[in-house]
Amino acid sequence: MTIAIEVENLQKTFTGKREVRALDGVSFAVEEGTVFGLLGPNGSGKTTAVRVLTTILRADGGSARVLGNDVQKKAALVRTQIGLAGQYAAVDENLTGRENLQMVGNLNHLPRSFVAARAVELLDQFNLSDAGDRPLKTYSGGMRRRLDLAAALVARPAVLFLDEPTTGLDPQSRNDLWEVIEHLVEGGTTVLLTTQYLEEADRLASTLAVIDHGRVIADGTPASMKAGLGATVLEVGLASIDDARRTGTILGGLGSHNALVNGTLAEVTVDNGPQAAMIGLRALDAEGIIPQTFNLREPSLDDVFLSLTGHRTEAEATADEADDSAPRTKRRKARMRKFEEAMPVETGEFS
Amino acid sequence: MTTATATPPTPAMPATPLSPTSFSNLWWLVSDTITLTRRNLLAVARIPEALFFSTIQPIMFVLLFRYVFGGAIQTDASSYVNYLMPGIFVQTVAFGAVSTSIGLAEDLQKGIIERFRALPMSRGAVLLGRTTADLIRNMFVVIIMTAVGLLVGFRPSTGVALYLAGTSLILLFAYALSWGFAIVGLTAPNSETAQVMSFPLIFPLTFVSAAFVPLASMPSWLQGFATYQPFSVTVSAARSLMVGAASTGTGRSTMYWVVQSLAWILGFLIVFIPLAIRKYRTRT
Repeated sequence: MTIAIEVENLQKTFTGKREVRALDGVSFAVEEGTVFGLLGPNGSGKTTAVRVLTTILRADGGSARVLGNDVQKKAALVRTQIGLAGQYAAVDENLTGRENLQMVGNLNHLPRSFVAARAVELLDQFNLSDAGDRPLKTYSGGMRRRLDLAAALVARPAVLFLDEPTTGLDPQSRNDLWEVIEHLVEGGTTVLLTTQYLEEADRLASTLAVIDHGRVIADGTPASMKAGLGATVLEVGLASIDDARRTGTILGGLGSHNALVNGTLAEVTVDNGPQAAMIGLRALDAEGIIPQTFNLREPSLDDVFLSLTGHRTEAEATADEADDSAPRTKRRKARMRKFEEAMPVETGEFS
Repeated sequence: MTTATATPPTPAMPATPLSPTSFSNLWWLVSDTITLTRRNLLAVARIPEALFFSTIQPIMFVLLFRYVFGGAIQTDASSYVNYLMPGIFVQTVAFGAVSTSIGLAEDLQKGIIERFRALPMSRGAVLLGRTTADLIRNMFVVIIMTAVGLLVGFRPSTGVALYLAGTSLILLFAYALSWGFAIVGLTAPNSETAQVMSFPLIFPLTFVSAAFVPLASMPSWLQGFATYQPFSVTVSAARSLMVGAASTGTGRSTMYWVVQSLAWILGFLIVFIPLAIRKYRTRT
């Protein structure tokens, strides 16, 4: 197997008001013709890694090669072999879909006749033929994202970089885009994908690396990561937070890791689901705790992330990002309030 | 290009030169600049309101100075409107050059420059394409303003050749300024800020100048600056070329002003172009 992307000990520190170690010795390798997922929350260094690999940003240390060429020493060559589609659909608002594709083709110095034919082909492939001659202002978010991806494919790149390709898309558009990416990989394209959606990495990537604070904290196949965690997750919903805590203590003995308690939800990862469920229920019964919900499920990559970093990814990270006006402390306070409101209920139960 | 690529092979992939030679580098610069100039001009054409309202403002200045303030201003020109119009031209194209900073800041903000940076295109084309498009836009604006001037009584008196020379000098001046505003645009965090950063630079230079009032009417401590700052020099040069050197009321020859103006333009280009390119390269 040939290695398409090779990253060794990559370092990048941003100096400014606050020094940020965006990449703190990142290493990974991607086989040709596969999808590699770079998974991590906002600010973990994913985008910085992509920007270094696509020659946009110079790293401070380490090396990165795409198809055997160093991205710094042979940047011009690398640029002819890669495509980049970004988190912020980098397409031109004032041009039509077709004009956007043709502009990218011209900037790739491809012959006009090829560019024109390729634009038609891509618009068709991405279901944009009808909208091809309309300015982008009339496009929906999903259409823009598809056009952005199409623009990355004009020169038929052998290696494609997708920086959070579906962030902010509705489920239908996300699914459409996933299908397109899967189709591309069938055609032999190597894809490096960054995402904070574990579901996305699970569905598309054959190998992945989990990145946090500029470091790779785990890598492997999605299956091996889940396997390392245990086969099944036992998830019990309780009537009160206190019940959930007690349940956590009781169930903790069943798994290889401690049980996690999140609000009124307690979960533990176990090797043998049904057996653990039986033992667990008996123990809860003996303590007089009555579960509200009871689930056995496959571990998700979210569970992987949580056990690796001690914090969740998805919902909270994106929500924090979404309302950016003094978000963190406010949210934390709101959470604390909720917690305090819940307290009297449980003390009430005790008295 | 490697052969292991995706999608059905409808149009065959043409071979691209893998290691660009110095000739293809130059050719790429020209071809990419044309592509981006076209793209930037299309944006102007697609939002005609922007162009319309950016011409309304100088037209209002013409009307204001021609009919409201003009009667109170004594000049050495044959009429105040003949004195005024070259000044209006310089003011208008200088304000037009501000669009370089706004356009670049907007492209940075929207992430399209990220895409350009990952493309095998010529590095200088983004800035060249932007400044060239703004130059062409300014040409269009000067034509409109000439028509407006003729309507309100502007009568250039030196002949077509000198008039065109004056127009070219003004446009060249605006082009040099564009590179300065490119630096502003590459420094600003967003396009709104780029705009508000640009005007404090341009306002004093436009108004503390020979553009609207004779220099002799200013207090003496201000006259030195107001006479020799680049805007004034260019206004005086354009005024000399369009309506004759006597109209400047400075007693200097046309050549005196033209040479100084060209020197400023050259100086701006020498200083601003490398700085803008450096800023573009290091902006992350």
